[in-house]
Amino acid sequence: MSTTVKTEVGGMEHFHTNPELNYLTNGHSIRSWLLTEDHKRIAMLYLMSVTLFFFIGGLAAAGVRYELMSPAGNLMESETYNKLFTAHGTVMVFLFLLVAIPAVLGNFLIPLMIGARDLAFPRLNLLSWYLYMAAGTCIMLAMLAGGADTGWTFYTPYSSMYSNSNVSLTLLGVFLGGFSSITTGMNFVITIHKMRAPGMTWFRLPLFIWGHYATGVIMLLGTPVVAITLLCVIFERTFQLPIYSPELGGDPVLFQHMFWFYSHPAVYIMILPAFGVISEIMTAFSRKRVFGYHMIAFSSLAIAFLGFLVWGHHMFVSSQSMYQAVIFSLLTFLLAVPSAIKVWNWTATMYKGNVVLSSPMIYGIGFQGLFLVGGLTGPFLASAGNDVHLSATYFVVAHFHYVMVGGSIMGFLAGLHYWWPKMTGRLYNESIAKWNGILVFVGFNLTFFPQFIVGWMGMPRRYHYYYFAPEFTPYHILSTMGSSVLGVGFAVPAFYLLHSLFKGEKAGDNPWNAHGLEWATSSPPPTENFRYKVIVSDDVYDYDPVAEHENDMMAAGGKA
Amino acid sequence: MNWNLFNYPMNPPQASNFASEHDALFYAIVAQAVFFGLLTFALILWFAVKFKKGSKADRSSPQYENARMEFWWVLVPTVLGLATFFWSTKIFVDMRTPPKNAKEIFVVGKQWMWHVQHPDGVRENNTLHVPVDTDVKITMISQDVIHAFYIPAFRVQFMTVPGRYTQLWFRPTKVGRYHLFCNMYCGTQHSEMGGSVIVMPKREYADWIAQNGQVRENLTAAQTGEKLFNKIGCGNCHGANDLIPRGPSLRGIFGKSRETTDGRKWIADESYIREAIMRPAEKVTKGYGLTMPAYDKTFSEEDIMNLVAYIKSGASQSIPTSTIAAAMPGIQARDLAGKAGLNSNAMQFNSDRADATPTRRGSAPSVGALAVEKGDQQ
Repeated sequence: MSTTVKTEVGGMEHFHTNPELNYLTNGHSIRSWLLTEDHKRIAMLYLMSVTLFFFIGGLAAAGVRYELMSPAGNLMESETYNKLFTAHGTVMVFLFLLVAIPAVLGNFLIPLMIGARDLAFPRLNLLSWYLYMAAGTCIMLAMLAGGADTGWTFYTPYSSMYSNSNVSLTLLGVFLGGFSSITTGMNFVITIHKMRAPGMTWFRLPLFIWGHYATGVIMLLGTPVVAITLLCVIFERTFQLPIYSPELGGDPVLFQHMFWFYSHPAVYIMILPAFGVISEIMTAFSRKRVFGYHMIAFSSLAIAFLGFLVWGHHMFVSSQSMYQAVIFSLLTFLLAVPSAIKVWNWTATMYKGNVVLSSPMIYGIGFQGLFLVGGLTGPFLASAGNDVHLSATYFVVAHFHYVMVGGSIMGFLAGLHYWWPKMTGRLYNESIAKWNGILVFVGFNLTFFPQFIVGWMGMPRRYHYYYFAPEFTPYHILSTMGSSVLGVGFAVPAFYLLHSLFKGEKAGDNPWNAHGLEWATSSPPPTENFRYKVIVSDDVYDYDPVAEHENDMMAAGGKA
Repeated sequence: MNWNLFNYPMNPPQASNFASEHDALFYAIVAQAVFFGLLTFALILWFAVKFKKGSKADRSSPQYENARMEFWWVLVPTVLGLATFFWSTKIFVDMRTPPKNAKEIFVVGKQWMWHVQHPDGVRENNTLHVPVDTDVKITMISQDVIHAFYIPAFRVQFMTVPGRYTQLWFRPTKVGRYHLFCNMYCGTQHSEMGGSVIVMPKREYADWIAQNGQVRENLTAAQTGEKLFNKIGCGNCHGANDLIPRGPSLRGIFGKSRETTDGRKWIADESYIREAIMRPAEKVTKGYGLTMPAYDKTFSEEDIMNLVAYIKSGASQSIPTSTIAAAMPGIQARDLAGKAGLNSNAMQFNSDRADATPTRRGSAPSVGALAVEKGDQQ
């Protein structure tokens, strides 16, 4: 059990909360939700919205995949296809991946894990959700009005001078989403600096917090750059302000530099929080302190720093100088090291632990398998010489889906399963959840592994037709079949989690018997998070695998 | 190395000087990735079983930090990464440094077409003829948005950017026909901005250039027109059927009624066809956009007479081979259709639908139909 010292404290009266109430039951009106300043309720608002957008983005992906099953297409015209993959990318990146783990799990857990009452700026937190919803509304309206057809990367001068679709409205949405991200990041960084409970030193912070700290820094430093970059596209579209288009005197490649200056670190906004989740899960379900705590914490910071220095590896074939490309290639190889460290540290955590294969752990191991492939296919693209051939092919598509979907979404699902009992106070059907974790893993590999091969053969991304290259067909058929399996795997949790919300067994405060401040309060937590004043006196992850093993052996021996 | 999946290739053909070294590096990274990936995942699964809660495995003296071990974890990927970096940089620098005496060919990218201009004045669209074993430097620019000139079989790719020249070079090593793709999303018909690279024996290429892009033969007007049709790449937009949304099929249109976007109806006679080639803006077929460039300054009257003769003859013989199923290096069309087990309905596809509009794709053929069409005509 957690050895955190808790002293009951007077002076909590100003919260005026009934001890019977938790954050979910403390107010039932719609107003009490829409104007809430409680980080846990805002996290739930985020959870509902990201889920909605995830399924919208997923439908677009399904359209793309089914269209590609046949080399000459059979469902739609090129224009529609282009709008579908743009919708898929834009919604998934800006409305799901950048938001899902930080704004749902991070929002919910950061104050709980550091023993705080709330985030530093609760109203700013609510504002960030409204900004996010405004972003979502703009992007959805743009889709309903006919959609944008630029791809989620909005490369100029196509996006600024040539596309006749709803680019400006979509960009406005992304711009607003950027401010949601900035406010969230700022809130996280300041909360972690200033609101830790007494005794919660930097090296007693759970690795989830370290991951979110690094994420917050990237959000703060990177997002303003992409916001202004995209705003400039709107200006060029609307007022012919000469920035990117050579016809007006601008530089089209400038856009790529500024876009990737943010969008490469943005990959780490998506994956660092997932690293945090996996660090928590590997240690809780190995029932052993994580191996190399300091190394994992520092590797998050190293990734956040180096992440800003590698954007040029997206541009090896886009007219930057050869010497620039070589330097970016070198820095990219260096960046691969901290990610490799983390995977090996998690593996070593299991060694001599007491591994419990509960559903979060199944998703967690699934994450490791998929992220391994995503990570190990990075060096192909970091090699400038190889990237000349592979750049912008399906190899790249497969690589970043292994990182984004295999990493970020598996991490999100793992975390959601782990903290669901804390968030809702209910248990879900454990065996369905486990089997579904395996289903997602299989479906994912079936969908994206063939894309490595077809990309290596030269299939360009964002191609509607490939009738001129029928040798690509079998891989697209395999991939589409896999995506059906994956679609089922993503839909099933929505059902069993919703079911558990209403009919699930009561979870109790700590169903996994895990250590950490969030498990020391009740489930669901009260509005003020802790009914006690929290003072931390022990190290993080104070599991005792040896004693636990001896207990297990005695229990087994007793039965025998 | 040639691997197959159900008789489909699993790797691109190697047809340039870069291919083999590039592939060696690729397979070296594959080996690293497979080794470390399998090792790590196997360890994860093994630990999950061996140290399952309640198992008898030894748990004494567990470790939580081990500086020496972690030092190796940093060192091994760093060293391997740096080795890969130096190797790949050598290849990259080679790719970015064209030899001084390379033959220079100019390419203009434009929504959604590649214009190629050979130094000797020969021009072609969406096809690139190059002599084997000769250093070729491509100097490129875009007329509108950013495109990327990509030849997978050569392992070369570079963006064409409006407002500045970019370059790539290669030395073809194997005679044949290979894919040419645009690999930077450039708008509606991005996926169809491409065609073929045709690597010819040196002498054949010299003849081809000497004949202004035609192979020396005694030909009828229709056959000469067909050669010209293929050389200029008309078939990239005017296919054997109306599958290609850039332009209508010209198969059997002669003497038929045509409707233009302005609502006027025409009989496709000689002067209609001539006008449509020279000033296509005047005669845009209903259902299509104006993507075709004007050829009034490109063709001599003689060329146009030959082209008209070819279209008059039915324009049916070589269109499919040049546009649809031909660009399949290393794979036989019949093998594709037969061994992939495509059903017979697909094979009975009738491509002769002059009235089909490009917006209705309900009966688009599967790959088998396209491949068989090629096979039948060989």
